[in-house]
Parts: sequence; C-alpha cells; structure tokens
Amino acid sequence: MLPQDVFKTLKDTLVEQFDLDPAKITPEARLYEDLDLDSIDAVDMVIKLQEMTGRKVSPEDFKGVRTVADVQRIIEQMLVPSQPSP
Amino acid sequence: MPRRVVITGFGGVTALGHDWESISGALREGRSGVVRMAEWDKLDDLGSKLAAPVAPYQLPPHYDRKILRSMAPVAVMSTRASELALEQAGLIGDPILKSGRTGIAYGACAGGAEATMAFGRMGEHRSLRGLTSNTYVQMMSHTGAVNIGLFFGITGRVIPSTSACTSGSQGIGFAYEAIKHGQQDVMIAGGAEELSMGPTAVFDTLFAASRRNDAPTTAPRPFDKHRDGLVIGEGAASVVLEDLERAKARGAKIYAEVVGFGTNSDGAHITQPQAETMARVMELALQDAGLPASAVGYVNAHGTATDRGDIAESVATQQVFGSKIPFSSLKGHFGHTLGACGSLEAWLSIRMMLEDWFAPTLNLDELDPACAELDYITGGVRKLETDCIISNNFAFGGINTSLIFKRV
Repeated sequence: MLPQDVFKTLKDTLVEQFDLDPAKITPEARLYEDLDLDSIDAVDMVIKLQEMTGRKVSPEDFKGVRTVADVQRIIEQMLVPSQPSP
Repeated sequence: MPRRVVITGFGGVTALGHDWESISGALREGRSGVVRMAEWDKLDDLGSKLAAPVAPYQLPPHYDRKILRSMAPVAVMSTRASELALEQAGLIGDPILKSGRTGIAYGACAGGAEATMAFGRMGEHRSLRGLTSNTYVQMMSHTGAVNIGLFFGITGRVIPSTSACTSGSQGIGFAYEAIKHGQQDVMIAGGAEELSMGPTAVFDTLFAASRRNDAPTTAPRPFDKHRDGLVIGEGAASVVLEDLERAKARGAKIYAEVVGFGTNSDGAHITQPQAETMARVMELALQDAGLPASAVGYVNAHGTATDRGDIAESVATQQVFGSKIPFSSLKGHFGHTLGACGSLEAWLSIRMMLEDWFAPTLNLDELDPACAELDYITGGVRKLETDCIISNNFAFGGINTSLIFKRV
C-alpha cells in the first residue's frame, strides 16, 4: 500500500467494515461522535489495520486516536520501514 | 406466599417453520426436518451425515450491524425467537422489560462454532489472526442469554441454563422459580442450538448418531427396534413466563400455567442415563405441582433414539405413570435440537394440548421390546383431551428435568 493511497484504502475499509456512508468519511470526521463507532469497533478497526500492514499498533497510539486523520497518521507511521538497530 | 406462573407467549425458529401454524401443519402431516448434509461429505471419518437445520428465515431490518456483531447464529436465533415470543405476549416496548423486574433464563450447549474455531486456530497456528473484539462474546456459553438481554434492554437477572440437552427445560424451570418466589415478574426463557458438525461428531464417536444417510427422513427412530442413534437438529424456542396476577391484570392471553418443575442429577455416569433418577425427577415435578401421577394425561418424551437412553426413559416413565400413559417424542420430526429441545417441546406440547391432539413419534414403526410398555402414540396424530401434561428432558452429565403444564 503506497502512502498516497492510505486515505482511500482507509475509507474503503471503514465503509466495508462498518456499513458507513462514504460521504461521512472525511479526515476531520470523529470516529465516535460522527461515525457512530464505539470502543469495540475501534478495536476491530485496529485489528484490520494490523492485518493490512503486518505491524502492531501500540496501546498508546490506539488510545490517542480521535479522528479519521489520526488513524491515517498511525497507518503512515506503521508503513515507515523500521530503522535497523544500532 | 409462592405466586402462580403462567405462559403468555411463545416464539421459535425451527426446521419446520417459525410459528405454530406452520409447525402444527408439518406435525399433522408427519413431516420431518431431517436432511442429508452434502457439505459434511468432506469429513471422511464422520459416519453420520444427517441433520435437521432450521428452515430459512429473514431478520427484520432492525437487526443492524451493531446488533449483529456480537452474535453467532445461536444468539441470533435466541434473540429472534425471544422477540417473536414477546410479540405474542404483547410485551414489545413494554416498560416492564427495562424495569429490572424482567429477567432471562436461557441456554445452549455452547456458543458459536465459528468463533470457537477461531480460538482453536489461535492455538494451532500460534497467532491471533482472525480474532476480533467479538470473537469471545460470540463463543461464550451464555452468548444467547446476554444478547437477548442487550437487544431488549433487560436489566433483571440473567440465569444462563447452559446444560446441553436440558438448557431449554432448565431455562423454563429456573424462570418459573424466579417468578414463583417473587424475584422477577416476567421471564424470557428457553434454549437454542446452532448447527455444526461438532455435536454430530460427538455422538458419531459414541456410536450413537444415525447412519441412515441414504434415507434421511427415516431417522431418527425413537423407541423403534431398528433405531440407530440420534440426528442433530437446530433451532431456538423462547417462552415468556409471567406472574399470573400480572398477566390477568393486563388482560394478556394465557396459554398455560407452569405448575411443576423438577431437576436432579444422576451422579453416576457421564453419558449413561439412569432410569431411577429419571423417575425421581418426574416425581419431584409432581410433588412441586401437588398433583398425583394420575392427573397427567400426556408425557412428552425426550426420546432421542439412542440405544440406552430410550430404554431407561421408557422404564422410568412407566414406573411413575404406569403403562397406559399416552407418550410421544418430537425428535423424529426435529432431530435432537440439544439446547433448544426442552423449550421447543414444551411450546409444542402445550399448543397440542390446547387443540386436543398430540403428534405421534415419527418413525416409530416397531417398538423395541426392550422398552417398557406405555401408550406409545404412533401412526397419525392422536385426538386426546387433557388439561395437564409433562415434558421430560435429560442431558449429558446426568442432568434430568421435568416440567408440568396445566390449562388455565
């Protein structure tokens, strides 16, 4: 998945996973208030992201997520190749 | 003072239809829900390829994503059956449901099979892949009971009656006791089971699952000399129980009164039923009802068509009710619906009583001489007027239940 595709891929995933109206999925959309997701939906979203990227989301990153843009940022960080250990 | 407990609604999802009208038509015609499961052919070493899956059913649109995400098929059926029962009782949207005075007593052998397999794969592949936030809640044994609760906003007690083949009958019994002793005013009770290969494999291993794969509707054959084991069925049945005075005050239609419940255990063998404790549980129910055995006009048998179970049950029934008691099992029509059978058979037996007829044991053509003498109902439906019936169920681990219902 290329970084420029992240938003589109995320949007498609959210629409499919949670039966959401695509028009509602904007970077500013708040997951809980605007998209009517709840805590266990968020868990399932993270599980999906982990499957897509093959990387683990840290509990801190997960707890800090509020908007679609926050999720996009996490995915982008996950896609950065990890630095080799010194 | 103990209160009187009545039934004001029934609902179910079954192999022979999802309302009394369809099911009674099938019973009168002697139809069976048993089919050959083509997809089970992939299991070479599974001898029995028979099952009685539920007839297709459509969920109303209010079963949306958030409602369904925590539900395996067993919970969907439990909830839908309960919704149909509450509709019949006229209690949908009634404030009593959220008042804390309504509870649930409901069970099944287990939660969802797919979810259980996801945890199995975790152990095998050493990976969490495939697990979601809902995998556990779909798998847990009380998934049906709590999903019903969430769906209707129930805030009273939840009694998971997870006891295999007595899940549904214990559900009704525990619900009856909760109302009788004043802890709740209304209870949603019953049981469910979703179809999977697991239970058939269990009985196949014990040489107790029918292998009449080429003639599905001739199995199972409860009490028949040529029976070769049970057939697993699928379904859910829910019953709404209510304090008699409350039901009368709101002008509810009352189908029957629950007058007696007995439950005990064998304490002897994990799979081999014991006639002595089976007879004892029937006596316990009679005692609870304050009735002599002669007051009962029909016995709905557990009758799963296993070798030992049928014999033990017939002996126990004769010991308590004598050899003239009308007696039949519905397993020939529905297969053994495990967690659902107790409430399914209670529902249908009461409805048959109210219409003065009882279905025969399907496929009972030649009585096994090892079974005790009773008035086995065979052939067609039997016209029979009675105002009191008993429904018996027995489960692995040696759990026995007896429920007595009376016309009001």
